[in-house]
Amino acid sequence: MLRNLATLFRYRGLIQSLVARELKARYRGSVLGFFWSFINPLMLLLIYTFVFAYIMEARAEGTDPYALFLFCGILPWTWFSSSLNESAGVLISGGNLIKKVLFPAEVLPIVTVLANMVHFFFGLPILVIFLIYFQAPLSPIELLWFPVIVAVQLVLTLGFALILSALTVHFRDIRDLLANLLTLWFFATPIIYPWQMAPDFGKWFLNVNPFTHLAISYQEVLFFDGPFGHWRWLLALGIFSVAFFLFAYFIFDRLRDTFAEEV
Amino acid sequence: MTNAIEIVNASKIYQRYGHRRQFATLKSALLSRSLVRDLNPTETFAAVKNVTFNVLKGQTLGVIGRNGSGKSTLLKLVAGIAKPTTGTVKVDGRVSALIELGAGFHPEISGRENVFINGIMLGLTKREITRRFDEIVEFAELEEFIDAPVKNYSSGMYMRLGFAVAIHVDPDVLLVDEVLAVGDEGFTHKCLDKFSEFKRRGKTILLVTHSLGLVEKFCDEALWMDAGRMKVQGDPKRVVGAYVTDVERSEEQQLAAGDAKARDATISVSPDEPSSAVLPDHPIETAEAPADMFRATEGRWGSREIEITAVELLGADGIAGHVFHTGQPFAVRVKLRAPVEMDDFVIGIGLFNAEGVCCYGTNTSLEAFKSVRVLGNGDVTFSIERLDLVEGTYKLDVAVHKLDGYPYDYHRLLYTFRVKSRTKDVGIYRPAHAWSFSPTVQFVKTDDAEPGEPTER
Repeated sequence: MLRNLATLFRYRGLIQSLVARELKARYRGSVLGFFWSFINPLMLLLIYTFVFAYIMEARAEGTDPYALFLFCGILPWTWFSSSLNESAGVLISGGNLIKKVLFPAEVLPIVTVLANMVHFFFGLPILVIFLIYFQAPLSPIELLWFPVIVAVQLVLTLGFALILSALTVHFRDIRDLLANLLTLWFFATPIIYPWQMAPDFGKWFLNVNPFTHLAISYQEVLFFDGPFGHWRWLLALGIFSVAFFLFAYFIFDRLRDTFAEEV
Repeated sequence: MTNAIEIVNASKIYQRYGHRRQFATLKSALLSRSLVRDLNPTETFAAVKNVTFNVLKGQTLGVIGRNGSGKSTLLKLVAGIAKPTTGTVKVDGRVSALIELGAGFHPEISGRENVFINGIMLGLTKREITRRFDEIVEFAELEEFIDAPVKNYSSGMYMRLGFAVAIHVDPDVLLVDEVLAVGDEGFTHKCLDKFSEFKRRGKTILLVTHSLGLVEKFCDEALWMDAGRMKVQGDPKRVVGAYVTDVERSEEQQLAAGDAKARDATISVSPDEPSSAVLPDHPIETAEAPADMFRATEGRWGSREIEITAVELLGADGIAGHVFHTGQPFAVRVKLRAPVEMDDFVIGIGLFNAEGVCCYGTNTSLEAFKSVRVLGNGDVTFSIERLDLVEGTYKLDVAVHKLDGYPYDYHRLLYTFRVKSRTKDVGIYRPAHAWSFSPTVQFVKTDDAEPGEPTER
């Protein structure tokens, strides 16, 4: 397994060009092309802001400006959820490669996660514009945590993507299940509401949800005033994510030989 | 010399589909360490069974066999795409597998970008591809279209580009699975030239193909796979010969079974009640000949005052069969029975090709034999010294009738045989012939075909 992980490094050129291909192919033929990477999060933001700020005015304390608060959570969530959604089917749709070409299968879910990460990065300039516009209380030291949060999310997402892609080959039901599960997951994460608003019994539940800590970390670093107090949780999640990734890779490796027959 | 490919006792066993639950539970699937072995397969299918062979460096091995004999699975095992269920497969050096061309192409992006990504997938670096890019495009003959998205390519263009990339990977071991069927004649020749170049440079090639001529011409060794097992391995000519003989034998069986079926259908209706049990589209038996002889399908009719009890087709060695070779002797032996003595009878033979064209027809009367008498059982043999027909399937009419045409027993197209030829000439009839050239017109004889000559196997 470790040797496989090492050879994965040799495939970085392949991963790189496949990510580039994924991005190029996605908007090929559309009028706005790459701009969709900016427009999509912006539209999402507008919809959520409109719904939660004007229709359902159930705003909690300290989430003003609400649009910015929302954006800090939604942008990384979009990366996470679309990665999971897409990677569930990626081995099946890439079946031709697995069956007909000697091809390291794990490249496919990894490429999915990375391509979505690039989309996430494209959304960041818009976030920056919002941060400046709303004069968010940013501190340079806190901002140093930002790449750490991204790294933890990357490892965690990779773990989920590997495990989901491998299992979906055998249990196609996962694809359908996952779409619903992700909706539930979204609402079970403090993205559209702040952590404090959750009822006490829900807080335990939220703590078990790994994405809670990512969302809180993003919000504390970018949105809330004051020191980044959630870093212990973040580091713990980081360790968990690495362990989870290794576990996921182990599962993937075990199932690897069955892919060519099952997809 | 060292082995480039070494396969020891390899088997590949597939589960048959139909039972969806492969793992008892997700948990047990994840916890048990032997996922594949613990499945208790209700039905398994061995695509490749106990195969052991080596290919020396620089050798070309041709793999032949019928559909579903495990050729492609074998290739996948060598390519590393599939893992053997038992046994080992060792390959020395970089492998490029031409199994499905352009398998990794993304339809939305241009041919140029696909060449790069496909090349990287096949193990090249970006720099190597840049260096070979022009060569690849030129080989694929796609200079004009290389910047168009691949989804707009014709299937031929798609395959050519896939082939061009795969062949420029510069592998030590090249695996080819029946891909020469793509492209036109010119492209096929180019591919063959490229393979020859590989051979010259001492690369190892494993070729799966149905083109037996290619195996004979091109391979150092051949392997015949049958039902997942190795049947024969060795000299290409010998292996191909054995394979062809086997294919003929099974064709023979099919034709014999078909003939028997046609005759059974006619015999099931007794001559006393003609046309009472008429089944359309089935060989039927009537006392009267059909109105239009040339449009009649298989059937049997006649009064049976003289009965044809059996018809045998005899080959060169005088043995009855259904598959014959062009240029070889051929004979039709008709067995007759006349319960009562008869003096007015003619025996006729008609030979038809698959399209129903009469290739030849004759009878004893036309050839100035005047009937004297027949009683009891007897044989009539119609011999052809050389069966000069082109390759194809032929049907036979055999009849006994009165001089005025009144049928005793008419067997219409009830006997089928196949003519095989190594020369793929066309038409119906192959006159014995020869070519000669003046010294200014030069040819080299390849051993592909022997026009006008009996073929030897």
